[in-house]
Amino acid sequence: MPAAATVTDLSSKRKEPVYELTGVGKTYARNAVTALEGVTLTLTKGSFSSVIGSSGCGKSTLLKIMSGLIPPSSGRVILQNKPVRGPRRDIGMMFQQATLFPWRTTVENIVLPIEIRDGKAAAAKAREKATQLLEIVGLKGFENVYPNELSGGMAQRAAICRMLITEPAVLLLDEPFSALDELSREFMNMELQRICMEREATAFLVTHSIPEAVILSDVVYVMKPRPGRIAEVVEIDLPRPRTLDMITTPKFGALVERIRSRLDKEAFL
Amino acid sequence: MSVTEMHEKQRNDSADDTVWVEEVAWIDRVPAPVQMAFVFVVFVACWDLVTRFGLVSPIILPTPWETWRDILFVGNNLLTGGYMLPALWLTLKEVVYGFALAIAIGFTLGVIVGETSFGEKAIMPYLVAIDTMPKVAFAPLFVAWLGFGIESKVALAAFIATFAIVVGTAAGLHAADHNARMLFKTMGASRWQTLVKMKLPAGLPQIFTGLKIASVSVMAGAITGEFLGGGKGFGELIRTAAAQLNTPRVFSLILYLSIVGLALFLLVSYIQRRVVFWHKDRVMRGMD
Ligand SMILES: Nc1ncnc2c1ncn2[C@@H]1O[C@H](COP(=O)(O)OP(=O)(O)OP(=O)(O)O)[C@@H](O)[C@H]1O
Ligand SMILES: [Mg+2]
Repeated sequence: MPAAATVTDLSSKRKEPVYELTGVGKTYARNAVTALEGVTLTLTKGSFSSVIGSSGCGKSTLLKIMSGLIPPSSGRVILQNKPVRGPRRDIGMMFQQATLFPWRTTVENIVLPIEIRDGKAAAAKAREKATQLLEIVGLKGFENVYPNELSGGMAQRAAICRMLITEPAVLLLDEPFSALDELSREFMNMELQRICMEREATAFLVTHSIPEAVILSDVVYVMKPRPGRIAEVVEIDLPRPRTLDMITTPKFGALVERIRSRLDKEAFL
Repeated sequence: MSVTEMHEKQRNDSADDTVWVEEVAWIDRVPAPVQMAFVFVVFVACWDLVTRFGLVSPIILPTPWETWRDILFVGNNLLTGGYMLPALWLTLKEVVYGFALAIAIGFTLGVIVGETSFGEKAIMPYLVAIDTMPKVAFAPLFVAWLGFGIESKVALAAFIATFAIVVGTAAGLHAADHNARMLFKTMGASRWQTLVKMKLPAGLPQIFTGLKIASVSVMAGAITGEFLGGGKGFGELIRTAAAQLNTPRVFSLILYLSIVGLALFLLVSYIQRRVVFWHKDRVMRGMD
């Protein structure tokens, strides 16, 4: 695929690679489903990539393998020059549900990763940082509130703080805002962009929304189902920072169309 | 009537038709304590009628008045430190020790069964099998093993109460959802951390449900033990009173026992509300 080759060349020239996947495949032993086959991709430092594809094409499986939650059946996953073999400190993950624990206050939820890795004392020290993070995402004053008093969007913002507290080098996001309404979702996407740019974090986002993928990403991977594989790599060369009014530009429309046509074709193949 | 007036009237009519106010059944407007008092009054009235007209022999069913007098008598005896107080104290001890033992064993077994696949596959089936047996039938065995002292009653009380705690704990440990498990995995949590910081807190509502069921059955266990194993507890007082056909006494002793049982249940419920503050137990209030 020539398109893929050019993109990887371009970006790797620009920046050093952070994530390197080579020929990653996954067959679930339980039902002999081949969820992934031959996925090769490279994420460069500070880049934002999205993966888009129909339901069940293996996006979550890919993310779980990248994060070390499950092992691949074949292929290699290398993060910052070290192979991924289980969960790692330099990975931050976010899921569709915020999953805040109701018996912990917001700030206690946010320092939970620190508490698990380095103990209670370290967690107590991290509270200050958690408070700063809460301020960044607009949740100042909600430190000592229990999660059942937070709205869906607020809970998801707290989940972002929990992901960021360990200062991970890469962020793996599995449809993090799909449970939110359209307006909060757009707002959160812009927040996400700002946070990633500020920290030079490498982000990898699973989404079902083409405009969301286009507005956030430098590269969009279009996946094909059965077995899950990358069908096309689309580079998004819109300028940064992205703004919501870019959505109305013809260039944005063209990119969305290109990805959509590719997805539509897959649906009938 | 002018045209405008007619219009005005029409609009008012239609407004009346379209406003739809939720109607509250009159019974729902009566406070719950009043409703409960009503049931109590009806119950006592029926009881009074049945005894007044001699439908039932007074030996079988005493009058409400007789029972009330005996309730006062037993209350007075307990308050003034009469011979019934040590009996109540003994039964209370059996219940508390039995409950503590049931919690210790039930919780440990519950964690083993809920946390390890060996426990779930190899131990749980036996527990279920034992649970389906009529457990009071074990009472003579406990007496034979542990004698007529407090030990056999404590053992039977604990034995009867343990299973609810095992089941509650095991179910509670499975309550944490998939997302929470994934999250703990990505954070690199150890098995112990996952258990203590996530599965146990998430399972507390079920664990407390088990504890509440156990708090009720532990009393039944202690009294059964006293019926079959003698001793000097409240159960023995009941047995003696029944043997003497002193039915008012039986009734009032049962009443005081149920107050003790209720107190234990309420204590557990209170602790539950304090500990599991995020989880609203709506069973008592129905749907909310
Ligand atoms: N734990 C599992 N065991 C067996 N098969 C699985 C498991 N998880 C996923 N699969 C299968 O692998 C395939 C890919 O699943 P995956 O969850 O990765 O899809 P997805 O692209 O994330 O879908 P969605 O967009 O609906 O989230 C599906 O066919 C699914 O049935
Ligand atoms: Mg998915």
